[in-house]
Amino acid sequence: QGGGSAVIDMENMDDTSGSSFEDMGEMHQRMKEEEEEEEAEAEAGAGEEEDGEFLGMKGLRGQLGRQVADQMWQGGKRQASRAFSLYANIDILRPYFDVEPVQVRARLLESMIPVKMINFPQKIAGELYGPLMLVFTLVAILLHGMKTSDTIIREGTLMGTAIGTCFGYWLGVSSFMYFLAYLCNSQITMVQMLSLLGYGLFGHCITLFVTYNIHFHSLFYIFWLVVGGLSTLRMVAVLVSRTVGHTQRLILCGTLAALHMLFLLYLHFAYHKVVEGILDTLEGPNMPPFQRVARDIPVVSNAVLNTTAKTIALTL
Amino acid sequence: FPGLADVSIPQDIPVEGEITVPVGSHSPDEDYSTLDEPVKDTIMRDLKAVGKKFVHVMYPKKSSALLRDWDLWGPLVLCVSLALMLQGGSADSKDDGGPQFAEVFVIIWFGAVVITLNSKLLGGTISFFQSLCVLGYCVMPLTVAMLVCRLVLLAGAGTVSFIIRLIVVGAMFGWSTLASTAFLADSQPPNRKALVVYPIFLFYFVISWMILTFTPQ
Repeated sequence: QGGGSAVIDMENMDDTSGSSFEDMGEMHQRMKEEEEEEEAEAEAGAGEEEDGEFLGMKGLRGQLGRQVADQMWQGGKRQASRAFSLYANIDILRPYFDVEPVQVRARLLESMIPVKMINFPQKIAGELYGPLMLVFTLVAILLHGMKTSDTIIREGTLMGTAIGTCFGYWLGVSSFMYFLAYLCNSQITMVQMLSLLGYGLFGHCITLFVTYNIHFHSLFYIFWLVVGGLSTLRMVAVLVSRTVGHTQRLILCGTLAALHMLFLLYLHFAYHKVVEGILDTLEGPNMPPFQRVARDIPVVSNAVLNTTAKTIALTL
Repeated sequence: FPGLADVSIPQDIPVEGEITVPVGSHSPDEDYSTLDEPVKDTIMRDLKAVGKKFVHVMYPKKSSALLRDWDLWGPLVLCVSLALMLQGGSADSKDDGGPQFAEVFVIIWFGAVVITLNSKLLGGTISFFQSLCVLGYCVMPLTVAMLVCRLVLLAGAGTVSFIIRLIVVGAMFGWSTLASTAFLADSQPPNRKALVVYPIFLFYFVISWMILTFTPQ
């Protein structure tokens, strides 16, 4: 039922270059393959053909072509829907968001406390909620700092720059450290690395939140050393506890410490152009309040903060 | 195909029939009859639905009407009007007017998508577009605050106006956060409400801070 007979109508063949043996052999081979496919689709599309009926080469190829195209379409659609349900399924990320508020608070506080025991591997919680929220908070703080420091971004937007910087740091440095950890035979997974670095941004958030509002140079350096240093020490200690070998420990920890501290320095100085102006106002008590060029710092808050900074400087 | 060989319509028998399909049963939401109504009725029905949701935001009671029939017209209107009002209030350079509109738009929609994904990942029972709808409608108090700020800034940009603006924006920010929390936090397990509320707080904080630091040219 539905099978083509072996009779080939020579008059209807229109794209063979003469009836040489090679062409005939090739065509016969193709016919056989198409016949096998057609048998597989016999129930689907062979209803039009009747026994013994043969439409000639064109008709056969047309129907088979349609069936082949249909089969390819079905296969492609199946593959695409399978891939979509695999990658667009956010349930993959669900286990990493399974936290309680108490746990998040505990982990935030722990990220500032360096661990003492580095002889056996410290536990790292592989959750992504806390780090993600910290990155977004850092973006908000950075936006505030950029606006108050009159940053003009020519080829983009403030928001784009802030998001790009923070997410780029979190994802990029995590990947780089994961790669280094892989080279140094360290026992850490990618999610744990993301989580560790994300919680390390808590120190950055605190430092920037304070120093973007109180523009006092030495205050920033104190915060940079103390707060940044504590969170770096914590991350370094956890990494050291999971690595063996002195050289490997040194490489990993040196890289992480350098990147972490330098990032905080970068965030402060790249988006904070008012430092020179503040230092000028500290020269004498008769200087006028801080003059701005165009930005919209409310006069009240700025005057309050400046007098605070001035009194602190005078009492030191 | 012997049967198909002579498919032809005989000339003397006209082809006729009915095009309209008679409606056998009345479906509850009258889908068939809305095609015939005048355009004014359609628009008024949609406007009434949007207006009802605005009223729900003003008095955030725990009702399910906002969640059940979600629509994104209200959020779109609010977002566009907020972005238009926030335009032109940037630094001296001329080329800052453009990105301002795009910034606000992107912040609102991208932020709403992130909050929705976050609440879904934390085990929420609300659907994607319902959450977008609620978050978009709760931007309304902040749009009102923006209007008030612009009017206050017309009168001058001194200390008093800053304090007035601070109070107004702060109150509206609290209202927005409370309104959206009233709708969204119910769909979470009870001990995780704080985890969902914090991103919403951050989202409205960023928007209200953009409103507060706005000064016209």
